[in-house]
Amino acid sequence: MSRRRRRTPAALVRARPEPAFEISLDGRPLPALPGQSLAAALWAAGVLSWRRTRGSGRPRGAFCGIGSCYDCLATVNGTPNQRACLIPARPGDAVTTQEGHGHAGLAV
Amino acid sequence: MPVSPSDTRGTVHDLAVIGAGPAGLAAAVTAAELGLTVALLDAAPRPGGQFYRQPAPGLGAARPRALHHSWGAFTRRAARLAAQRAAGRVHHLAEHHVWAVTRATADPEHWTVHAVTGPDGAHGPAPELTARHVLLATGAYERQLPFPGWTLPGVVGAAGAQAMLKAGLVLPGRRIVVAGSGPLLLAVAGSLAAAGARVPVVAEAGDYGAYARSPRALAAQPRKLVEAAGHAATLARHGVRLRSRSAVTAVHGTDRVEAVTLTRLDHDWRPLPGTGVRIPCDALAVGHGLVPQLEPATGLGCATRRTPDGGHALVVDGRQRTTVGGIWAAGETCGVAGAELAFIEGELAARSIAGRGPVGALRRRRDRLRRFALAMAAVHAPRPGWSDWLRTDTEVCRCEEVTAGRIQDAVTGLGARDGRTVKLLTRAGMGWCQGRMCGTAVTHLAGDPAPAPTRRPLACPIVLDHLADG
Repeated sequence: MSRRRRRTPAALVRARPEPAFEISLDGRPLPALPGQSLAAALWAAGVLSWRRTRGSGRPRGAFCGIGSCYDCLATVNGTPNQRACLIPARPGDAVTTQEGHGHAGLAV
Repeated sequence: MPVSPSDTRGTVHDLAVIGAGPAGLAAAVTAAELGLTVALLDAAPRPGGQFYRQPAPGLGAARPRALHHSWGAFTRRAARLAAQRAAGRVHHLAEHHVWAVTRATADPEHWTVHAVTGPDGAHGPAPELTARHVLLATGAYERQLPFPGWTLPGVVGAAGAQAMLKAGLVLPGRRIVVAGSGPLLLAVAGSLAAAGARVPVVAEAGDYGAYARSPRALAAQPRKLVEAAGHAATLARHGVRLRSRSAVTAVHGTDRVEAVTLTRLDHDWRPLPGTGVRIPCDALAVGHGLVPQLEPATGLGCATRRTPDGGHALVVDGRQRTTVGGIWAAGETCGVAGAELAFIEGELAARSIAGRGPVGALRRRRDRLRRFALAMAAVHAPRPGWSDWLRTDTEVCRCEEVTAGRIQDAVTGLGARDGRTVKLLTRAGMGWCQGRMCGTAVTHLAGDPAPAPTRRPLACPIVLDHLADG
């Protein structure tokens, strides 16, 4: 077995993060680190999509990563159309896959 | 005496700086050190802009410089900013998304800056802020060109992958192809590989051979040569191949990326038949250079010029003045040229506003770097053959899911000749991103030879109530 430590983003910058906490995606618990955006926490868990488009229902996730493209919209704690790449993850955040414009469950 | 950052009502600042990237940061600290009162507004929680994005404190990064070039140039100015904040000469208004700048009602010589607050701009309007001068240092965003499969999860912007890595210490996959055009791709590939991703190839649609044919622009910039050599060494160390005149012309997979097709291009970026190679990967980082962020400048009536890569940038004079009195600009918004020039232009603008020289040496360095940027933009400028990558069912507008076929119908069947008409007929460019992702493609497909810069009255979407209040 190789003695070389695996290269990771955290190893590259010698990160010693504060303890992880839990968020959820569609009820599934996932870990998040303090300061990570929701999108970053989802990427870290191998999740790349958390929205389905209005027209053809295709999956989407973070694309531009800086808040310009709005592809990463998610429903967070019941509020739709939140940019997951900008919003910091907080303990207990419930992310739900956003279907279309995100208002389907609100009877509006 | 330190002043609460939120307590800006009733104060007229000498200068409001919009954007805390290299240009805005340099301008804010220089102006404050010359005795001006400064408000520094920025959408991010920490200064640095996209170039110097850094991990949140909770991630405990002991060595953030491993993800950055010229890190010291940033930390020195960040320390000066901290000193000026402590002295009460700079109000740093973080997580402020500026949506408009207007002439102040009380005094038409002054400007009012309108912003919403919070990480996503959802925390409501900030108190209105008034200033004698406004410096626009709003930076740039990534230019995208569509191709079959580019909306599949796992396809991410190259700058986006870099931003997510720098801020969140995450990667979109383990085996990541990097493609598009522009020198940023080399930096992105180097970072991804250093952070543990396998990067099988960097595909550059432009021709790196062109640099060898214009040695004068290069020889005038030894620091740029060193920087390029640094990227090349990093890529070589990680076994990353650089393929010039090649593009990803299709992405494969049903719900996420499984492979891409890499194709050789001719001089005009048309795919050469029979040269496609399938490369397995689980992510693609793609981008075609950067586009200056022109809001809120165009809303103020600031004049723009065409850039060699077909985009628009603000017109500024030798002191960084725009064509509107009292409105100044620095950095990428005056034409994409990198952080080193942004620092210089920010300092030059601040010295000009404060009326304190000398500015001659700064201006000469600025002009040299601008010339280099022009040469570089010409090498990597999108060539018209890229649209041969499209199929009729390729989505061009990601927000409104408008395909190339529908845009073609609007052009050939309904006579649309410019991006605005295509938008009205198809909704392409009408969604959340306001055409930032599809704008370049739509104007090209409309056959518009000289598209005007897009005018967006609001720089970012805001809640109607805030508009009524503002």
